This record gives sequence, structure tokens and C-alpha cells, in this order.
Amino acid sequence: MTNLLETLGKTTRASFAKIGRGTFFLIHTLTGLRDMLPRPNLLVRQMYSVGVLSFLIIVISGLFVGMVLGLQGYYILSDFGAEESLGVMVAASLVRELGPVVTALLFAGRAGSALTAEIGLMKATEQLSGMEMMAVDPVNRIISPRFLAGFLSMPLLAAMFSALGVMGGHLVGVGMLGVDDGAFWSQMQNNIDFKDDIINGVIKSVVFGFVVTWIALFEGYDAIPTAEGVSRATTRTVVNSAFAILGLDFILTALMFGDI
Amino acid sequence: MQHSTTQDTLVGLFVVTGIAALFYMALQVSNLGTYTGRDSYTVYAQFRNSGGLKVRSPVSMAGVRIGRVAAITLDRDSHESLVEMHIEAQYDNLPIDSSASIYTAGLLGEQYVSIEPGGSADYLQNKSRIDIVSSAIVLEQMIGKFMLNKAEGK
Amino acid sequence: MANAARSTQALVCIRNLTFLRGQRKIFDDISLAIERGKITAIMGPSGTGKTTLLKLIGGQLAPNQGSVFVDDQNVHQLKNRELYTLRKRIGMLFQSGALLTDMNVFDNVAFPLREHTHLPESMIRSLVLMKLNAVGLRGARELMPNELSGGMARRVALARAIALDPMMILYDEPFTGQDPISMGVLVHLIKSLNATLGLTSVIVSHDVQETAAIADYIYVLSEGKIVGQGTPQQLADSDSPWVSQFIKGEADGPVPYHYPANDYLDDLLCVRRYP
Repeated sequence: MTNLLETLGKTTRASFAKIGRGTFFLIHTLTGLRDMLPRPNLLVRQMYSVGVLSFLIIVISGLFVGMVLGLQGYYILSDFGAEESLGVMVAASLVRELGPVVTALLFAGRAGSALTAEIGLMKATEQLSGMEMMAVDPVNRIISPRFLAGFLSMPLLAAMFSALGVMGGHLVGVGMLGVDDGAFWSQMQNNIDFKDDIINGVIKSVVFGFVVTWIALFEGYDAIPTAEGVSRATTRTVVNSAFAILGLDFILTALMFGDI
Repeated sequence: MQHSTTQDTLVGLFVVTGIAALFYMALQVSNLGTYTGRDSYTVYAQFRNSGGLKVRSPVSMAGVRIGRVAAITLDRDSHESLVEMHIEAQYDNLPIDSSASIYTAGLLGEQYVSIEPGGSADYLQNKSRIDIVSSAIVLEQMIGKFMLNKAEGK
Repeated sequence: MANAARSTQALVCIRNLTFLRGQRKIFDDISLAIERGKITAIMGPSGTGKTTLLKLIGGQLAPNQGSVFVDDQNVHQLKNRELYTLRKRIGMLFQSGALLTDMNVFDNVAFPLREHTHLPESMIRSLVLMKLNAVGLRGARELMPNELSGGMARRVALARAIALDPMMILYDEPFTGQDPISMGVLVHLIKSLNATLGLTSVIVSHDVQETAAIADYIYVLSEGKIVGQGTPQQLADSDSPWVSQFIKGEADGPVPYHYPANDYLDDLLCVRRYP
């Protein structure tokens, strides 16, 4: 029993210590952004590996999620004779929830895990330490550009996901199932509000981008510098990111759309 | 760092595509494109009950959308619902004796304001008021009345 | 102690240093001095924290007690900015080379120059080629780190370490895992760079023969203490059991063969002892 309590206490303490380290790491990363301003090419490189390389999976997923929404939505709505509302249904689910959330989950799996593995391996092969000894702050030089790239890429990717999803829904609904084209768009435009839906969706994706990139970079930086340590850190990135995304999504949704 | 122009180009393309997607969402998917930049004038109508009418619900005439609901407030004196509507400036010839009703699109669809034109030669001006109104039909009330009539008729 | 007298012309001066990792004492009140312009070796069995000592000198770790002076500056009382200024004058060669894997050889060597100077690209090119030529790898400038052998990677890292013309280079196990030829090349390089560039070199190693061949002065560490010091010749003649065990490579001696453990018999009989 005492052992159990002792373990519990130790684990709790370790978690708090980790959160503390993570916070200091974030502050360090954010202050490092200042040094990046005169060196935009560092950002471009990372935008490439974080953003451009995630482009394909996001675009394809967005298209298919939209097509499935179109198909499923049509079957449910046609029972009520409300096929014209298909556009609203597809767009609202994408803009408010699926766009930011699914993009963030895919982003964590595609870009987040890659970031953790990269940073973890750089640590394991003493590259970070070596940089420190060359009087180059590894957080400023390595972490900050990656952080900014992730933070900027995420809302762009989420917008692409949603846009492609709407197109996919249109393709299935209007193109294949014969929903009226005008009704599809006009109902959508009447019900999707720029401020309440689009902007809130973008805010969500910005928050997710911030958190996922932070988790990914910190897990890599904090990884035990061995092969096993890096592989565990990569797993933790994906799992913790998923928890953070879904938890934050609930909180943000409640704040934005709910009356809780 | 020798870095390739291809990479620069791809990143540029990526950012442009992302921003284009944001614009697409704003203009094509949301209501932003429908209203911004168009002149409109304000018309009021007072309903006993505005039901499920919401801000930004459509205002239509003969099935054509001519504006939107801008605000719904409770009139303090009459305890009625005061609906403020923005009508697009191009429809500036609505007769002053037009009537406004709240209808539902389909059985479960959204509610909207429908304006039936009157016969007057005078037109509604900015801030003028539509006096002939019929309130929203509240389904529960109808069912209630129907049940009551049945019970009484028996 | 003899150290005190020597510290006047020392570049690195370590005083009463104690460093703990968890409960384990890595260094227990050690003092040593590293002279300018000389090659000083710090030797000892694996696990005696030799790499840790280099990290303490470079300011990457902070001691629990005692102080480290480099060029008359107390490393662990410097502000971050001052520490970074100091580090620009120290090169470090990591055991793995620690080359940045996303850049080729040329860019790796150019990295410190590009980070710390605003030289035009043409001048950086000349400097990098000079440094690469010094380690004999001018022709390998286009290769990526994963295309290099271990010995070549270490030479590239050495070229990078001397890129900013430092006053001191710290070598972390430069000879480990090298074939005899690379080893010979590295021994020769360390010696000649020290002489031609007027460097101070600190070598941390457990390769007795190679190190003894080029070092001017050797400290032998064991169990967190300095158990012997002197010129290679003095150490070879030493009658200290620790030093002779190390130099001659005997399995057991004052440095025990076994890691501290419970009684062997108890352990086998599963008598549990909670610490």
C-alpha cells in the first residue's frame, strides 16, 4: 500500500516537473522567435517539411471526408425531405469540427511525430549539445523555426481540408445524388456565419497548431537520448496530442458555440 | 545553407493555396460574400411572436431573397418582438402596405420572413415600418389548439 | 598541492569540484589545471565521468560544489551571453562527431562561421576549404554526414571545431572505435593542429597508447578522484597501484571488477534487500 502511494506520489511529481519543464521550454522557444526575424530562410525550410509535406494527406483526407459526409448526410436528410440542407450539414460539420480536429490529428501523426523523432535523434546524436558548444542556442536555432512553421501551417492546412471537404460534399451531393446546386450553396451561405463559424474554426486550428507543435517539439527535446527513448517520445507525441486536441476542442466548442 | 528555389516555390505555393482556401471558406461557404459591400436599408416589423426566427435569417419576396434579419428585440411596451430587417438597396420599390409573415421552409426547416407586396404607390423608406404582419406559426400551439378543439367538439 | 603552483599559467583551472548525478558522486572534490598551449589528457576507465568533465568545462552542466575557471572567468557565474561568447573560443569534438545531419560537409564546417560572423559567402568558402584541407577532406565537401565513415566524420567535426580559430579544443574520446589508420591520422592531426594553431587541447580518453604518445600532461581519474598525474613518462614509472592497473590494463585491482552490489551469495539465494 505504501509502495502504491509512493509510486503515485512520484508519478505525480514527475508529471508536474514535466509540465514545468515544458512551460520553460515554451517560453524559451517564444523568445527565440525574435532571433528568427532576420532569417526567414530557416522558416521556409521548416514550412516545407512541416507544411508542404503534410499537404497531400490533408487534401486527400479532406476530399474523402467531405464525400462521405455528403453521402451519409444525404441519406439522413432525404428521410425528412430536407436534401437542400446538405450543403449546410457538410459545411457546418467541416468548418466547426472536422476541419480543425481531423486536420490536427493528422498533423500530429504526420508532422508532429516527425518533429519529435527529428529533435530526439538530434539530441541522441549530440547535435543539440554540439550546437550549444558552438555557442549556438539550439532552441533558438532548431526549435523556434519549427514551432513557427507548425503554428502557421496548421490553420492553412485546416482551411484546405475544409475547402476540399466542401468540394467533396458538393461533388457527391450535387454531382452524384442530384441535390439542387443553387439550394446547396444558398442554404450553406445562409447558415454558415463568417464570424461564428469560419473565424471560430480558424481560432480552433490556430490553438491546435500551437499545442501540437509545442507537444511534438518538447517531447523530442525532453526525450531520453536513446533509440527506445526517442520511439517512446514519438508515441507520446501522437497520444498526448490527440488528448490535447480532443479536450481543447470540447472546451473551445463550449466557449464558442455553447451556453455552458 | 544552400537552399533550393524549388523548395521556396513549393512553400510559396503552399501558403498561397492555404490563404486561397481561407478566402474560399469565407466567401463561398459562409454568408460573408452574400452581404458585404452591398447597400441596404432598414425596415421594421413587429410580431406578436417571432418564433424560431434568428438574426441573419433570410427575408424573401415571392421566394427571392431580398435581405436578412439584422436584429430581433423585445419591445418593452407591447411585449412584442421587434424585427429589424436589412433590405438590399436594389429592391427599393416595396409598396408601403406590404405585409410580413414568418414562415418555415419545409416541415422542419429554418424560419424566414416573407414579404407580400401590397398595392400602394408609396414605397417603404429607410426606417419605415411594416404594419401588416402575421406571426410565426408555433407548431406546439397549433397542436395544442387542435387537441383542444377536438376535445370541445366531442 | 602541486596544482596551485601551476595554476598561474593555466587556461583551465578546476578547484574543489564536486558533481553528483542522483546520489552518485561523479567527481569528489577534484582540482586540476590545464596549461596553455599544451595537450592535456584526462584518462580513466569508462564511466568515470570524463565526458561530464568536458561538459562542466564548457558550462553545459553546473557543479554541485567548486568552480571551473576558463581563461580566468568563472564559467558557472557567467551570464548566458558571456558564456556563449566564451564558447565561441572553445571548440569541442564529440565522440559521435555531432555533425548536423541535414547539411553536407561543407555547410557543417561553415555553420559556426555563418552563425557567428557576417562574412561574405566567398570568404566563408575560402575559410571552409582551408579548414577542410587541414583535415584532408577538401574533396569530400559535397558528401552528407551519413555517407562518411566514423573517422571521416570525426575529421569533419574537427574542421568545424577549428572553424572559428578557438583558443582551446576539447576532444571527447577521439580515438574510440577507430581503425588503426584513422587513429593514426587523428593522433597526427591533434598533435599538428595544437602546434600550428597554438591551441590548448584537452583530450578525454581511455586509449592509453595513443593518448600517451601526444599528451604533455596526464591526469588519471578513478571513482571521482584524481589517482595519478604527471607526464606520460612519470606515469609509466609510477608505483601507484591505480595508475599501473590502468596503464597496463589489468582486469581487477584497486578499480574493482564488480559494480557495487549486494553480497553475491545473498543475491543468489534471493535474500531481498531494499535500499
